Amino acid sequence: MYRTMVTARLVDEAAFRLNRQGKAPFVVPVSGHEGCQVGTAWPLRQGHDIWVPYYRDVAVVLIAGMSPYEIFLGLFAKAEDPSSGGRQMPSHWGSRRLGIISHSSPIATQIPHAAGIAYAAKYRKEDAVVGCWFGEGATSAGAWHEGLNFAGIHRLPIVFVCENNRYAISVAQPMQMAIENVADRAAGYGFPGVVVDGNDVLACYGAMKTAVERARAGEGPTLIEAKTYRFFPHTSDDDDRSYRTREEVQQAKDQDPITRFGEELKGAGVMDDAAIEAVWAETKPKVDEQIDQAWNAADPDPETLGRHVYFEADDG
Amino acid sequence: MGRTVTEKNVVTAIHDTLHEAMVADDRVVVLGEDIAVRGGVFRVTQDFLHEFGEERVIDTPLAEAGIIGLAVGMALHGLLPVAEIEFADFIHPAFDQMVSEVARMRYRSNGDFGLPMVVRAPWGGGVHGALYHSQSIEAFYGHIPGIKVVVPSTPADATGMLRSAIKDPDPVLFLEHKRTYRLIKGEVPDEPFEVPIGKADVKREGEDLTAVSYGLSMHQCLEAASRLQDEHGVSVEVVDVRTISPLDTETILSSVRKTGKAMVVYEDNRTYGAGAEIAATIAEECLFDLDGPIVRLGGPDVPAMGFASNLEQAFLFDADRIAEEMLELARF
Repeated sequence: MYRTMVTARLVDEAAFRLNRQGKAPFVVPVSGHEGCQVGTAWPLRQGHDIWVPYYRDVAVVLIAGMSPYEIFLGLFAKAEDPSSGGRQMPSHWGSRRLGIISHSSPIATQIPHAAGIAYAAKYRKEDAVVGCWFGEGATSAGAWHEGLNFAGIHRLPIVFVCENNRYAISVAQPMQMAIENVADRAAGYGFPGVVVDGNDVLACYGAMKTAVERARAGEGPTLIEAKTYRFFPHTSDDDDRSYRTREEVQQAKDQDPITRFGEELKGAGVMDDAAIEAVWAETKPKVDEQIDQAWNAADPDPETLGRHVYFEADDG
Repeated sequence: MGRTVTEKNVVTAIHDTLHEAMVADDRVVVLGEDIAVRGGVFRVTQDFLHEFGEERVIDTPLAEAGIIGLAVGMALHGLLPVAEIEFADFIHPAFDQMVSEVARMRYRSNGDFGLPMVVRAPWGGGVHGALYHSQSIEAFYGHIPGIKVVVPSTPADATGMLRSAIKDPDPVLFLEHKRTYRLIKGEVPDEPFEVPIGKADVKREGEDLTAVSYGLSMHQCLEAASRLQDEHGVSVEVVDVRTISPLDTETILSSVRKTGKAMVVYEDNRTYGAGAEIAATIAEECLFDLDGPIVRLGGPDVPAMGFASNLEQAFLFDADRIAEEMLELARF
């Protein structure tokens, strides 16, 4: 878990570095969200459960099985980018092999998809559970309501995870909703809503584990709201200084979920300072090596522009 | 055993074909508003609930974006959903799902994900549907690569094209002109057959001019053509477009090259309608084969037809009006 959080952070830092070097035109940062993403993705099973992420979910797709190399292929819009072959903006995840469902840029459109997949899984009598992630901004959209409502009616095997970082780009939560907790909305759909500290990876893991077990047992959906914060602007094209004070950002960074988990691991005697440093020292060159590999991969062939509009014989 | 046929109307043809698909393959599920307990407002799914059960015949909340979005999820996970939008007019909340998701899933995933799903929707006027039960929506979606848009208007075409649509690995918007549901009857072969998506059909052969149309107005063109033959000895060829996208330009253009005169008739608002694309294609490809101007008959550019009978009729064509225009073009 700790290693995955560190990997996500290093991928993010590298992506921003590459952006400033002019090598990556667009970056969607994850920093700050590693705790809630790793905690809530961890209880799902690779290759068995279904992942319906949104664009900030670097750590979720790492746990689903996507490698940093594959993430960098997307960042550089390379031909072998597993999500889209360089067609979509970076961080628009997708991989049929890994059970990561392709998504778009409009928010909340994936919520009814997740409910439909959960319906199909239940119909086919599989014990797969669908994990569905989104920011609190998505909860304002009609499609979000429509997806959760249907999931509640049919008691579908699905867990909705809201990564609440308090801002929909620049719009602060009080201008998005009149309530304190997104989780309160679950009552309107007839299933439990749980608020959890998103910077506490183990708390997120515990909430998700309970929710996944409940879903797998046929008891229906859960809405988990993980309260967190993003350390960087919305994207590399955003300037958050217009809507967040530096003091507020610094306060959030003081609650860094990675630092916090490191302290917990030390406190529990699982790791010491040297072991923690070793994780960072071992992970960084591995990540950096994959950047170079991805950078040197082939670009898409412009001749392929017209492909895959409709089914082609070699599609699976 | 000879070739046997059954005479039926359009709505029965769609019911029977959907029923047959449900029997043949338990991956086929239907979902939509009022389709289960009530059997659909037009009775397309009459008694399906009783026969196939509530897991396969799903009454949804009144939420069209959700209906399409759910169908996307089902299609992504091994099912073959056939979603019903109760009236085509109500599909607009799902425009984002249709355009951003349904049409782009295969393209944006570079062929990794496909959506074998059908969206059925009754469209068109002539039933006192007024502003919100009469609309034509084919041009909105004909504009979007990635979705196939079909407009069958005979019982046999509805049968054969629905079979093709359900088997198609790509999303198909299956538009059913609601005025044709019970008005148009015809013979449907009893043995299995398919009508391919993307193929127009010459519904009546002729020599003097080509009328290109679809939906209710295609039937009005047939009536007008028959009248012109009887009353004036003018021979009109009628091409039923059948598929709005991808458009079968070959069949349309070869007919126009043969007759040398082209008329496009469609019920939708004239401006930017599907007929505009057809007329433009004829102009681009057949200019030097033409012996007269391309005539484009579309609905007036007002937001919708009215509820009052005379307001509705003033919006729609009838065979008389089409026959007049045909005669004028024939004599050009």
